[in-house]
Amino acid sequence: MASAHPNDIEFRSVTKAYGAVTAVRNINLAVPKGSFLALLGPSGCGKTTCLRMIGGFEQPSEGSVLIDGREMNGVPAYRRPVNMVFQHYALFPHFNVEQNVAYGLKQMRPRIDAREIDRRVQEALSMVRLDGFGKRRTHEMSGGQQQRVALARAIVNRPSVLLLDEPLAALDKKLRSAMQIELQTLQRELGITFVLVTHDQEEALSMADQVCVMSAGRIRQLGSPQEVYDRPADLFVADFVGKINRLNGRLEPGGQMLRLADGTALATSGEHSLPAGPVIAALRPEAIRLSRQETGPNGLRGTVTHRIFLGSGVEYAVTVAGLGDFLVTADRGQGSEADLAAPGDAVTLSFDPAAVHLFSPSEAA
Amino acid sequence: MRALVTFVYLFLYTPIVLIVLFSFNAGRNASEFVGFSTEWYGKALSNAFLMEALQNSLIVGFTSAGLATLFGTMAALGLERVSAKTRAVFDALFAAAIVVPGVVIGIATLVALVEVFGLANSLIASVWPGEAPPRMQLGFGSIIAAHGLFTMALVTMIVKARIASLGRDIVEASSDLYATPMTTFWQIVFPQILPSVLAGFLLAFTFSFDDFIIAFFVAGSKTTLPIYVFASIRRGVTPEINAIAAMVLVASLILILSARFLMRDRTANS
Repeated sequence: MASAHPNDIEFRSVTKAYGAVTAVRNINLAVPKGSFLALLGPSGCGKTTCLRMIGGFEQPSEGSVLIDGREMNGVPAYRRPVNMVFQHYALFPHFNVEQNVAYGLKQMRPRIDAREIDRRVQEALSMVRLDGFGKRRTHEMSGGQQQRVALARAIVNRPSVLLLDEPLAALDKKLRSAMQIELQTLQRELGITFVLVTHDQEEALSMADQVCVMSAGRIRQLGSPQEVYDRPADLFVADFVGKINRLNGRLEPGGQMLRLADGTALATSGEHSLPAGPVIAALRPEAIRLSRQETGPNGLRGTVTHRIFLGSGVEYAVTVAGLGDFLVTADRGQGSEADLAAPGDAVTLSFDPAAVHLFSPSEAA
Repeated sequence: MRALVTFVYLFLYTPIVLIVLFSFNAGRNASEFVGFSTEWYGKALSNAFLMEALQNSLIVGFTSAGLATLFGTMAALGLERVSAKTRAVFDALFAAAIVVPGVVIGIATLVALVEVFGLANSLIASVWPGEAPPRMQLGFGSIIAAHGLFTMALVTMIVKARIASLGRDIVEASSDLYATPMTTFWQIVFPQILPSVLAGFLLAFTFSFDDFIIAFFVAGSKTTLPIYVFASIRRGVTPEINAIAAMVLVASLILILSARFLMRDRTANS
């Protein structure tokens, strides 16, 4: 299904309304061939509706969805060169594993030779490491195995685009991270465009090469995982993708200094276009350094109230008088327990001016 | 409490047990059991009137259950595609059809059919070229119609419940895998609802086979098995009637248990 078109999927001014409820508002989006896009957002943000419009289960109310440069409005799901991995797998209960995987190939016209179907089914099963499971009934398999059958059933058809609807939501944590790696490997091997829908920011950041953050039917930011995390377009993205500490303050004329509620002045990077006046500053917990000495510029004095040992690191809750609670994550380093701050310790929080993200309070969502 | 429950069950089942017991009574009198015999079964099975009534019941049962299954299943599938409001209205109508007493359905059907037949017959007579115009009258057709309509509600409810438990997911998955709606229906949906369709057929047949009240009103000159039994009882309960009752009981039990087996909850293995 190769074509010269650079984009596998394109949304052109797509709006989807259900009666009075608008699920997706005027979305424009292009997914380049061979990329791995994650649609990320809270439930009800329209991400699943977008996926279903690609799959053909929903039709846009306005605008058009293109696959491989071809407009798909009015084309039913069974005539689209895409396949979907459903959230609850949707395996056919009266078929065994092989019959499930072969189903799509059997529908293809002109007909595919039975031996060729069998060869491709076995190949797909071995790709998802289910060799020898062909004759099993799907309900005899674990959740992780069913997930792989669903994956094999989709990729065996060599679609131009694979759609994944919260594919890992039903798996336990360990299996989930194993599957994350497997999906990423599979996507590289196959070179198929993957579109993943998830509400789990970690999943989106770890697997995708493009993350599209959505809320209330709109795209808030589209970028690489690093971009979205390090340079969030707005407060919603900063808050949804990762944790933030939120500070209210006023930007001084000149735009370099931020005056906090308690009168403390903080330096900012100055890389913003906000006018002087009230702003909201966001700080990632890991961008804050915590020390028991009084040090450096951009320092706030506070008291540790909680310490949460995470194994790989340590999370502190620190109360700063007049400003409230801060969340700080620190590397565990090589330090022994004595090196870690304890609840009750007076500490200094400091950070680089570049780590302070400033947003206009009007966009607070 | 326990005594009360025991009493209720005794009250329910003693007559049934007695009927089966006395169907094997060698004597003619239902008041004393003189010895074991299957002669009444032989008598019943060689009774020409009874056999005709049985044949009538089988014709009515198979036809009405067949029609009810066909239309009931189509209705259940169709109701999946309408708005929630329309569906609620039809659900209520089907539920109402099931709780309306047989007497009411019988009388209502009779009145309606007589009216329609009267109009149709005068219409046919006015356009018929020959001497003796055909006349529509009560008979197989009217019993089948009355039973079919009633049991269609039953089939619809059973099949609908199964469809609801299927969910949209596998239908969408099939469509996603290039299957046309027709293929999706025959390959995915139909195999999944087949047990409930068969169960609906069996229950519809059992209902029709056992029904006396509705058939009594609309049968016209035809005699179904329950009508025959009712007519015979007026001449006194004979062990032959007991034998018939026992056979009907066993047949109905087998059908209903089969239906229950087909409808059993298979969520555990799906």
